[in-house]
Amino acid sequence: MAEKHLVEVKNLKKYFKVGPKQLLKAVDDVSFFIRKGETLGLVGESGCGKTTCGRTVLGLYDATDGEVWFDGVEMQGASADEKHTFKKRANIIFQDPYASLNPRMTVGDIVGEGIEIHNLKKDKEKLERIHELLKLVGLNKEHASRFPHEFSGGQRQRIGIARALAIDPEFIVCDEPISALDVSIQAQVVNLLIKLQRELGLTYLFIAHDLSMVKHISDRVGVMYLGTMVELASSQELYAKPLHPYTQALLSAIPVPDPDVEAQKHRIKLEGEVPSPINPVPGCRFVNRCRYAKPICSEVQPQLKEIEKDHFVACHLY
Amino acid sequence: MEKILDVKNLQVSFHTYAGEVKAVRGVSFYLNKGETLAVVGESGCGKTVTAKAIMRLLPEPPAEIKSDSEITVDGKSVLKMNTRELRKLRGGDVAMIFQDPMTSLNPTMTVGKQIAESLVIHRKLSKAEALEEATKMLKIVGIPNPEKRAKEYPHQFSGGMRQRAMIAIALSCNPKVLIADEPTTALDVTIQAQIMDLIKDLQVQLGTGVILVTHDLGVVADVAHRIQVMYAGKIIERGTKEDIFYQPKHPYTWALLRSVPRVETMNKEELYSLTGTPPDLLAPPKGCPFAARCEYCMPICKEEMPEEIDVNGTHQVSCWLQHEMAPKVECPIKLGGDK
Amino acid sequence: MAELTKDKFVIVGCDGQDAEAILRPNLTFWQDAWRRIKKNPVAMIAIGILILLTIMTIIGPYLTGHGYEVVNTKIRNQWPSASHWFGTDELGRDLFSRTWQGGRISIILGIFGAVIDTVVGCLYGGISGYFGGKVDTVMMRILEILVSIPYLIVVILFSLIFKPGLGTLLIALTITGWCYMARLVRGQLLQIKEQEFVLAAKALGANPARIITKHLLPNTMAVIIVAVTFDVPGFIFAEAFLSFLGLGVQSPDTSWGALASAAKQNLMFYPYQLFFPSIMIALTMLSFTMLGDGLRDALDPRLRQ
Repeated sequence: MAEKHLVEVKNLKKYFKVGPKQLLKAVDDVSFFIRKGETLGLVGESGCGKTTCGRTVLGLYDATDGEVWFDGVEMQGASADEKHTFKKRANIIFQDPYASLNPRMTVGDIVGEGIEIHNLKKDKEKLERIHELLKLVGLNKEHASRFPHEFSGGQRQRIGIARALAIDPEFIVCDEPISALDVSIQAQVVNLLIKLQRELGLTYLFIAHDLSMVKHISDRVGVMYLGTMVELASSQELYAKPLHPYTQALLSAIPVPDPDVEAQKHRIKLEGEVPSPINPVPGCRFVNRCRYAKPICSEVQPQLKEIEKDHFVACHLY
Repeated sequence: MEKILDVKNLQVSFHTYAGEVKAVRGVSFYLNKGETLAVVGESGCGKTVTAKAIMRLLPEPPAEIKSDSEITVDGKSVLKMNTRELRKLRGGDVAMIFQDPMTSLNPTMTVGKQIAESLVIHRKLSKAEALEEATKMLKIVGIPNPEKRAKEYPHQFSGGMRQRAMIAIALSCNPKVLIADEPTTALDVTIQAQIMDLIKDLQVQLGTGVILVTHDLGVVADVAHRIQVMYAGKIIERGTKEDIFYQPKHPYTWALLRSVPRVETMNKEELYSLTGTPPDLLAPPKGCPFAARCEYCMPICKEEMPEEIDVNGTHQVSCWLQHEMAPKVECPIKLGGDK
Repeated sequence: MAELTKDKFVIVGCDGQDAEAILRPNLTFWQDAWRRIKKNPVAMIAIGILILLTIMTIIGPYLTGHGYEVVNTKIRNQWPSASHWFGTDELGRDLFSRTWQGGRISIILGIFGAVIDTVVGCLYGGISGYFGGKVDTVMMRILEILVSIPYLIVVILFSLIFKPGLGTLLIALTITGWCYMARLVRGQLLQIKEQEFVLAAKALGANPARIITKHLLPNTMAVIIVAVTFDVPGFIFAEAFLSFLGLGVQSPDTSWGALASAAKQNLMFYPYQLFFPSIMIALTMLSFTMLGDGLRDALDPRLRQ
């Protein structure tokens, strides 16, 4: 019995042409699905393609190849009407709280823009809804007449969340929403997102590079490296038993606020730098930094295989 | 232990269109040779302003360092220095690395030249000698192929490598104090680990005192010897690493430690978080600045600023809960470090 | 130190609501810009001068009671005196009135020209910058061709085809003058449309018209306003220069350039005739430039505190 997943991504590819014969393979054959009401975390370091992946899933970029299915409708080939409807059911929260709000619009206008575009409510009702949204994210209704520059990073991020919620979406792509915030404010925003998910039944694609927060908020986590998905499992499983060498190194690098633990930790040091995603070499992308590299790793790209129940890894070790 | 930096009663205000913003309100601390002092706090608590004030990097006006502040580096008073002496201080005795390596390196100069610049100014080396030293510095900070890299431009370096280059510039003249202002916030976790290891190793090798400014307690657990927690322009708790992580006494420190999910935190459990935001320092509250967000707030907290109380010689905290008349409150988290 | 009583040490906790209040006064972009420009003495002087000049061009010609076109050969070429503050010209016309009458033309041309430039430039640059890609490439190539035509040739051609005068001058100058503004707006748009808040609007389903009017243009306003302020003196000077060459407004209408042109023969004997219009041109151009500088500083978001 096949579950109908809310979001399903099949063999997604997004390439950018950055010069003659230079193809930047930002997302290279990535597949995953997200069930309704769950959170899929997507982690990886700069350049791994997670942000590009999130934006392509949402339709902000056109995919080079592959399919994105939302509630049974394939989005890449959809009609303009279907795409417009999709915009009401899916939205995005951005990373940079300073760049993602129009500095010349009031907070009220920013939050209400979605309502205006889709003609959901008018005048007094619209205003009430804006106030309701502001309250939902922990701000006051007096804040509606203020401008973004008057708020702190955490507050701006909450305004961004209110804006995304204004159209009553079912699916939200959270593109590194907490990376630019202080640790104490991160907790505020994460709590808010979890609460909203519970109350409104939202589905999230949570993109981040902070592994401890991702584990906390996600049901399942996918690890990306240089455009490919190297491991995918439930968050408990991934952290308890990481199989891919990259995941292992990533987990060992997370700083723990406990001096004794830190002192005893055996950190797996990753030598070398992340190679460029432009014209990548054949074979496993991680080969030049992997402790277990074998000859086959430089020749054949490993495919994502289910090694244990619901635990997928793309590695020649398995 | 030799004291190389001594700050007494530092007060810094900014004169803005809306009035005077008291960013730093009476901060005192010291740094010994070869030790790492971490200054932890949220954005806006005054930690970066404090760091910049040590080198007089704040534009004055609109910044103003009040006259009863004192900053002494290696016995010399920084606030009394003239421009020439300040130039000798900056990069020579005290060096700084910044958060965003993208914008702190000159995009039109090769990396080697930027390191050499410091050497020419402070150690009076010739250009050729300086470039050679620069290449050596690049090797010390762990950049492979230093000879080739020295001739490259910042945009050809990755984020982690740029930060290493910054460290090379800062340490090239063997400063007594290195101020690292959120050096790894913009970097990935694996690179962050590499950079923090590098700073630790270099500190041991060169005996530099390091002031590490950050909002991330995790980063601090490995590297710091002593920690001070700042909030709204004041230091509200300070102590050794063990004091702060295993026996924190201030509710704000508790909140910071609780905001990070730990191994035992349940998936999607509500993380402890503080409501609200720090007070606007345009009109700082007369009592404890944390009172509006503290779940243990008492009437006295809103009326008066608590004095700094000594807990055990190395550990001091400014909180009314430490007063003998206050109810005994236990730290709400289970912390490790059983001694 | 206040009295420490036991009741002051009872834990009450916090309420959190007042923790979110904002203390500072709510300043819109324009209010903040005005505040900043007020602090700039040079810009304020420039504003003062421009206001004064504008008032004078309106009331000036009526002040002395001498009409600007009244010819009186008995008082030709008189030096400035109590009855003719700026003296008289070759045909005995009062130069004070003529200077302010001419000012009307010069300033009107300057402002109208700048406005036309801006409107056309914004539209063209806006479309080119927003759509990018092939549209942009084609539009920019057309622009480059237009820009390479020297405006003097256009003006001369127009003057030969049509009657020389204010209208002709205006059309001739603006025909290629808008190119600078178009390039500026296009550059700004290319930069801003990559910003995340634009992406956010797209994600919400905003159509291009909405994005351009609500998101892109308001954020380029600052640059456009500054460019307009710098454009005006260019027009004033161009008019002066062309009138000096005889291609501008014709008698009895006058402009500062025309006055200067008429005065150049008499420079040796009656230098005052050239002095006043020149001073006015210089003063106006300088004031607009100083104002432009001040505006640029006041509107720069990075200098905002």
